[in-house]
Amino acid sequence: MSKELMNKKDLDRALTRMSHEIIEKNKGTSRLCLIGIQRGGVYLAQRLAAKIQEIEKKEIPLGSLDIALYRDDLNIRKQQPVVRRTEIPFEVNDLKIVLVDDVLFTGRSIRSAMDALMDIGRPASIQLAVLIDRGHRELPIKADYVGKNIPTSLRETVEVQMEEEGVEDRVTLRKSESVEGKGAE
Amino acid sequence: MRIRIQNGRIIDPSQGLDTIGDILIEDGKIKEVITQKSKQKLHDKNKDLINRESCTVDRTSDDCRIIDARDKILIPGLVDMHVHLREPGFEHKETIKTGTMAAVKGGFTTVCCMPNTFPVNDNASVTEFIKRKASQEGYCTVLPIGAITKGQKGEELAEIGTMRKEGCVAFSDDGHPVMNSLIMRRALEYSKAFNVPVISHSEDLSLSEGGVMNEGLLSVTLGLRGSPSEAEQIMIFRDIVLAELTGGKLHIAHVSTKGSVDVIRNAKKRGVHVTAETCPHYFSITEDSVKGYDTDAKVNPPLRTAQDVEAIKDGLRDGTIDVIATDHAPHHRDEKLREFDMAPSGISGLETAFSLSMRLVGSHILTFSQLIEKMALNPARILQIDKGTLGVGSDADVVIIDEKKEYTVESQRFISKGKNTPFNGWGLRGMPVITIYKGKVYEW
Amino acid sequence: MLNNKDLLGIKELSVEEINLILDTAAGFKDVLGRDIKKVPALRGKTTVNLFFEPSTRTRTSFELAAKRLSTDVINFSVPTSSVVKGEGLIDTGLTVQALGADFIIIRHASSGVPHLLAKNLSASVINAGDGTNEHPTQALLDAFTIQEKKGKIAGLEIAIVGDIMHSRVAKSNIYCLTALGANVRLIGPPTLIPENLKAMGVSLFHNMEDGLKGVDVLIMLRIQLERQGKGFFPSTDEYSKNWGLTLERLSLAKEDVIVMHPGPMNRGIEIVSEIADGPRSVILEQVTNGIAVRMSVMYLLSGVKR
Repeated sequence: MSKELMNKKDLDRALTRMSHEIIEKNKGTSRLCLIGIQRGGVYLAQRLAAKIQEIEKKEIPLGSLDIALYRDDLNIRKQQPVVRRTEIPFEVNDLKIVLVDDVLFTGRSIRSAMDALMDIGRPASIQLAVLIDRGHRELPIKADYVGKNIPTSLRETVEVQMEEEGVEDRVTLRKSESVEGKGAE
Repeated sequence: MRIRIQNGRIIDPSQGLDTIGDILIEDGKIKEVITQKSKQKLHDKNKDLINRESCTVDRTSDDCRIIDARDKILIPGLVDMHVHLREPGFEHKETIKTGTMAAVKGGFTTVCCMPNTFPVNDNASVTEFIKRKASQEGYCTVLPIGAITKGQKGEELAEIGTMRKEGCVAFSDDGHPVMNSLIMRRALEYSKAFNVPVISHSEDLSLSEGGVMNEGLLSVTLGLRGSPSEAEQIMIFRDIVLAELTGGKLHIAHVSTKGSVDVIRNAKKRGVHVTAETCPHYFSITEDSVKGYDTDAKVNPPLRTAQDVEAIKDGLRDGTIDVIATDHAPHHRDEKLREFDMAPSGISGLETAFSLSMRLVGSHILTFSQLIEKMALNPARILQIDKGTLGVGSDADVVIIDEKKEYTVESQRFISKGKNTPFNGWGLRGMPVITIYKGKVYEW
Repeated sequence: MLNNKDLLGIKELSVEEINLILDTAAGFKDVLGRDIKKVPALRGKTTVNLFFEPSTRTRTSFELAAKRLSTDVINFSVPTSSVVKGEGLIDTGLTVQALGADFIIIRHASSGVPHLLAKNLSASVINAGDGTNEHPTQALLDAFTIQEKKGKIAGLEIAIVGDIMHSRVAKSNIYCLTALGANVRLIGPPTLIPENLKAMGVSLFHNMEDGLKGVDVLIMLRIQLERQGKGFFPSTDEYSKNWGLTLERLSLAKEDVIVMHPGPMNRGIEIVSEIADGPRSVILEQVTNGIAVRMSVMYLLSGVKR
């Protein structure tokens, strides 16, 4: 049983709005960079970066961050998380980082991401941009930029599919058999 | 004490027998062997006369035990001419008591124990000790094999004559070859005076070079030092040539390779007096059993290839190999539970030998009668002892075999102290169910 | 997912498992590029280095890998331990496990020792070199290095030069590179290259010039000087003249050939300094990659459910 939450056009509009919000809140793009969280946030960060460049005519640094090694549930999970690439080809010290992820849920992934960033350098500040905020926070984490707020029950899952993966842009809400394992990726 | 074993299939190659019949035992000797034919003759001759001296079918007297051997096979007690009983000196591995108990379980009523004890059996006192211990605590006949050289060092001849008088039936430095050809020559020559076989552990140590398994692709991929089959063949060839030169009685221990079988076959064709033995593992498994570094498969000579296994079977079939012996080599669990390089070689074989050898009958390599030749009659002839036969007047060493009985090998339940076997878990068919040694009945 | 709790050898790995280790190692190499070269992934776990043979570089590499993953590391080297007092191998392993070891990294002179420990212990046993059997992490880091430099392994012409017979590094490399689809050549004197290795699909060369033609990757092995006494070759001088890597011989390989060596090198015997220090050498990168690959192995083993 699934329900479409956002289609290709919805997604594009949301990203455009978020790009404008990011530029507005940071009063421009100086010392700004985007880092996408593996895997869901990477393509989103790329698109946001492209849109920001279109608007401000300036290229901002773009990176990707793998958080597998910083997860708090390594001993509990059924399946060990896959370790992916962390490519941040610039110094993060004193930069304003906008972390990008697809779905904000318990907030634990963001906590992991922040710990990883702290080991990489000392950013001036960290902001958070997510496509979907589905509620059920377990840590005091909030997003600065949200594509869409979707109240969900624990029995549901939110799936984000993107063109870069070979399918059409789509956000779907699915009812799952059991309470969703929050560690699922 | 009298025993009458009834209606069994009696297989005794020494008398050319393979027939249904009864065996009568009295005072530890075989009193009578009554075959169907002779029963019929007797019955026809004396229809009304029933011999009160022997137990009849329907009457059980106080001192006569009837054993029903219907569907069972009756054979002479087996003779194992290659066993390591470890006593004196290595009692943690095995003792004469536990070893002979295991032998009896395996259907053996005579075993010959190798001299690589501690101290080495290279003098009459150790021989006397072994004989005494065996008569006090042993469950079957124990015939010691004395060392060829002092300390088995391969340098000086041991007192072969004195040991012979004390009871040694053969001589061997088993565990080691006699590397020095001159000493081997002297041993073969000297032994003629005492009419004893010299049993050779044929291995060229300079070629086997500390190898712990068969040399080949597997030893390379396991990173284990290999001993080439040529190390065995070269030494067998040398030993045979020296036997030819001297006229001594040569017996080759534990033959394991195709090349060795070929060399022995050619020698026999030439008329050289040489006999040879192999062990059940050399016709049952290959070097693949070593995979995973299983020390229970570490044995010397090592397990070889499938071609060698086939050659050993051919050698048994055409008579090149005269004897199946066990080379029973028990070791303590802790000694085998270590680095493959450091673990001692050897398989605890007394309790699996018969069942493994029966597979040769099942696959038509040997007839049952030929099997008994290899495991009882031939060893007895080579050692010139009055065993391996159900002839009237011989010791009542009789084994009752249930050839249909299926079981799974459980090494932890071995009677032997040595649980080291690569056959653990194997499903086998055919085993001794009763062993009678000089009229004493052992059953389980 | 890896299938076994231990890493005993390349022979025991499937191609999928090899690729998983290499892909994951790339993520760990990123960590090593940072200022803070540490991640909390295996925090609280205990690693014991059980080295029965002396080794500085492998042990240090494993130690660093274990520390970078935040495990606690204990070094148990034989001369200072109870093994000298006669404690058996299994007992040592059980003691180490009772101390709480999650990873036991073992190097031993007898082949099959890691397998024996793995069978009897619940900790993850990692083979750091056993006798003349295998040195799997060396082969994995070599494969990682080749993949990084050449972009692929399948179809490459890879030559391994030296004492193949006694080299666990060579064996592991043969298994790994053939599994990944490379064409492997073995070059060296006949006494040091077992003929029966042909059955593994490799080509044998006793003439170095013939063997080096068109090679993409060269793995030079350390010639062990003790072998001289046992009749394998008459002298290091003669060995060097026939199978030592010189600039002239190197020119027979492809122009973009890479030269590798597991270390330590006998400069002037199997390899000349100009090559070891030259532009074609990736020997030092092998060392860096070694830590990433070992981190990858430990991380992946920790995820195997028992």
